[in-house]
Amino acid sequence: MELIYEQSRSGRRGVRLPASDVPAAAGLPAALARSEAALLPEVSELDVVRHFTNLSRQNFSVDTHFYPLGSCTMKYNAKAIEEAAKLFAPFHPMVPLLPGGSSFSQGCLGLAHELGSALAEITGMDEVTTQPLAGAHGEMTGIMLIAAYHKAKGNKKRYVVVPDSSHGTNPASAAMVGYEIITVPTAPYGDMDLDRYREVMTDEVAAVMMTCPNTLGLFNPHIKEICDIAHDHDALMYYDGANLNAILGKVRPGDVGFDVIHVNLHKTFGTPHGGGGPGSGPVGVKKQLVPFLPDPRIVKHDDGSYAVDTAHHRASIGRTAGFFGNFGVMARAFAYITMLGRQGLIEVSEQAVLNANYVMSRLKDVYDLPYDQTCMHECVFSAGRQVKNGVHAIDIAKFLIDRGYHPPTVYFPLIVKEAIMIEPTETESKETLDAFITVMREAAELAEKEPAAFAEMPKTMPVTRLDETRAAREQNVSYFGC
Amino acid sequence: MMSGTSYCPNTPEEIREMLASIGVASVDDLFRPIPAGLRARSFDLPEGMSEFEMLRHFQALAGKNAQHLTSFVGGGFYDHLIPTVVDHLSGRAEFYTAYTPYQPECSQGTLQALFEYQTAICRLTGMEVSNASLYDGGTALAEAALMALRVTGRSRLVIDGAVNPLHREIVRTYLSGLDVELVEIGPKLGMEDDARLRAAIDDATAAVIVQNPNFFGSVSDFRRLAEEAHAAGALLVVSAYPVALGLVESPGAMGADIVVGDGQSLGNPLSFGGPSFGFIATRKGYIRNLPGRIIGETVDREGRRGFVLTLQAREQHIKRHKATSNICSNQSLCALRGLIFLSALGREGFAELARLNYDKAEYAKSVLGGLSGVEVMNGSATFNEFTLCLRKNADEVVAGLLKRGVAAGVPLGPYYPDMGNCLVVTVTEKRTREEIDTFARQLEGVLWS
Repeated sequence: MELIYEQSRSGRRGVRLPASDVPAAAGLPAALARSEAALLPEVSELDVVRHFTNLSRQNFSVDTHFYPLGSCTMKYNAKAIEEAAKLFAPFHPMVPLLPGGSSFSQGCLGLAHELGSALAEITGMDEVTTQPLAGAHGEMTGIMLIAAYHKAKGNKKRYVVVPDSSHGTNPASAAMVGYEIITVPTAPYGDMDLDRYREVMTDEVAAVMMTCPNTLGLFNPHIKEICDIAHDHDALMYYDGANLNAILGKVRPGDVGFDVIHVNLHKTFGTPHGGGGPGSGPVGVKKQLVPFLPDPRIVKHDDGSYAVDTAHHRASIGRTAGFFGNFGVMARAFAYITMLGRQGLIEVSEQAVLNANYVMSRLKDVYDLPYDQTCMHECVFSAGRQVKNGVHAIDIAKFLIDRGYHPPTVYFPLIVKEAIMIEPTETESKETLDAFITVMREAAELAEKEPAAFAEMPKTMPVTRLDETRAAREQNVSYFGC
Repeated sequence: MMSGTSYCPNTPEEIREMLASIGVASVDDLFRPIPAGLRARSFDLPEGMSEFEMLRHFQALAGKNAQHLTSFVGGGFYDHLIPTVVDHLSGRAEFYTAYTPYQPECSQGTLQALFEYQTAICRLTGMEVSNASLYDGGTALAEAALMALRVTGRSRLVIDGAVNPLHREIVRTYLSGLDVELVEIGPKLGMEDDARLRAAIDDATAAVIVQNPNFFGSVSDFRRLAEEAHAAGALLVVSAYPVALGLVESPGAMGADIVVGDGQSLGNPLSFGGPSFGFIATRKGYIRNLPGRIIGETVDREGRRGFVLTLQAREQHIKRHKATSNICSNQSLCALRGLIFLSALGREGFAELARLNYDKAEYAKSVLGGLSGVEVMNGSATFNEFTLCLRKNADEVVAGLLKRGVAAGVPLGPYYPDMGNCLVVTVTEKRTREEIDTFARQLEGVLWS
């Protein structure tokens, strides 16, 4: 498709603004005034509508295609939550920060506070901040809270421990806060190697970051022991909430011994992913970390009213984002929690786990399953068997695109060679799963009979396979490189 | 009948078939890997409700916010018009229910849109390369600070006290665990001279960080600051307000090395502070030090143009703890809204939008500045915000006007203790002459009551 800039015609106008009702002022001094207007597109409103409508049609999405992208929880995004969020679009975040302003923002403050309370109950934590804007931002915030805790206690800590199956954001977030990383390998049974874990645990470890169930979709039966060992060294336990969809109402990380958690509202709580964001990553903590939570905090008074506590708390880590979080995402998530309720959320996890185990049971005879045990919300195959015929995980992914499926996550977790990570989610029906299973089995069969056929896939998309090396070499990231 | 909403479609019969295929008797059996002692001790949540009941509940909740404030408040988030096409097109489910475009062949819609977004950001800021968005303006500023440290290998940063105080707090938070010296230069309101900033630059300085227009609304020429920073081997980081870039010279043309800002004003509703998006743009030579996702142009096997996520070796999913940033999810949909906004207004329309903001604010500045007991403090030109010094404490004045339905601006006392009588007033294109005149009368009333 043409770029919007290529459709530009000098002098063409789009949306018109209201006429000015004030006198034209003298312009800015020459040194401050823009010498040339920014070269934005010059297109009609209809040009804009056609362009972006047609662009959108080049995407797969949850609303158009099954999207079993492991670790991403691509569940159905309810339309009602979009309407719920729109109700809060007009409200300015500075209003409650003005003197006497909080009484003008009771609805927004109340929503943020009540969402935090619901998340605290769901995760078994004592208090929640909604400020972090995404999962990784929550991780960084959580590790900062842990650093503040150790600093306040006078602990000398240098390391954060992560398993090698962890999301890349875990070590990256800990590094942002200044910690060195110790990586613990995965044992043959699919969980962090306990012996190696015990070896690396010293009093210099600040925190252990775990995803549970882990990125193999397995629940670690030793998780309590792992928490206890960490606490013996006054290291705190960090729970990466990416896989929370598996355990709603079943396990609460706070009950198990975790001290800090982030929740991905855009995964577990059904808010749309937007082509890569916005997300939202509220952080829950146990009591001993409450004094360090980010500023400002939303508090509830005894009379039921809400206020912003703008005092600069001496112990607080400070501000991690502009205001109270990605509020529009928070409103959607709270609408989702409100609709599903207690029983609905439990059903989410039960059906997510059922769907994942069903897919696993129906594919494990044709794909290698390196960790063959009951999985939680996702399962990880390997294309190892197919690689012997020259067909890689990426080839199977491209085959699926031609058959109308967004591919599973491939090549993650890094510890599984040729990984194919499938997370069906609870909102897909057995018919959808059966059709997907049939196509996955066809891919396995084709890999046996005609492996060369994969090389040309996908054939049905606007483009065939793209030259990623060339993109990295030429670094053309802007039209005409302006 | 079960109360509440379920989006789980499997029928009891299907569930039985699936359990049989797995070889277990019940769904509970699938949770056996979880030791009994680790089961949830509580899950005390209300039962669910239908979407109709939920929306009624939410309407009541939204109704607890003040509905009819006339707003002269900015402070980083701005009340701007949003063309209707922005909601309609970004509301296409193929955009908003898609994930990160890791599979480029079935994600060209998102990828091309973000490439066009990167182009728009480059053209607005006068820079050569942009990423595909960061979280918000404040975190983008913090990322720019970290990027400057990486680029220069130095560990000292100088930041202007006239940078948005909320953003400076975020920078401080991001830097708190690192061995970095952050020098904050206290502002002198009304004396928009960057001499003290220039004097603070030394050979260990990685960057000097400024905002244009600054928190008080003043527009500055940073060419000399850029020259002196560069002479010392330091970078100039500029936080820019994108709407102002329709009228004010681009940071690139003034010599900036990294430009960041908050994109909320470009087609994103106030939404109580988010989601918006942060933008970051820089010179081509620094591209490998950019944080976050970048879209690059390439070709497919038939030689057709296509777009992919590129230079991913900088990112956390490849580099883990050695990544340029921990960021994964960004604010893609908000960036798309920004692009649609800029496309719908277009070259002339965007410049007109900036001009409209400027004219309205100049009118308001003259009307409000003409009141007895009010003094305009800015020592140089302003864009759509300006700072007034009042004869009374600004907190009292703002609280008084709120009761009359006017959000008068951001009082400076909480952020600058010696500026308790000062108020930053924002006037966007949405404010009418009548609203400005009414505000002036009400302000006068409160000041002299």
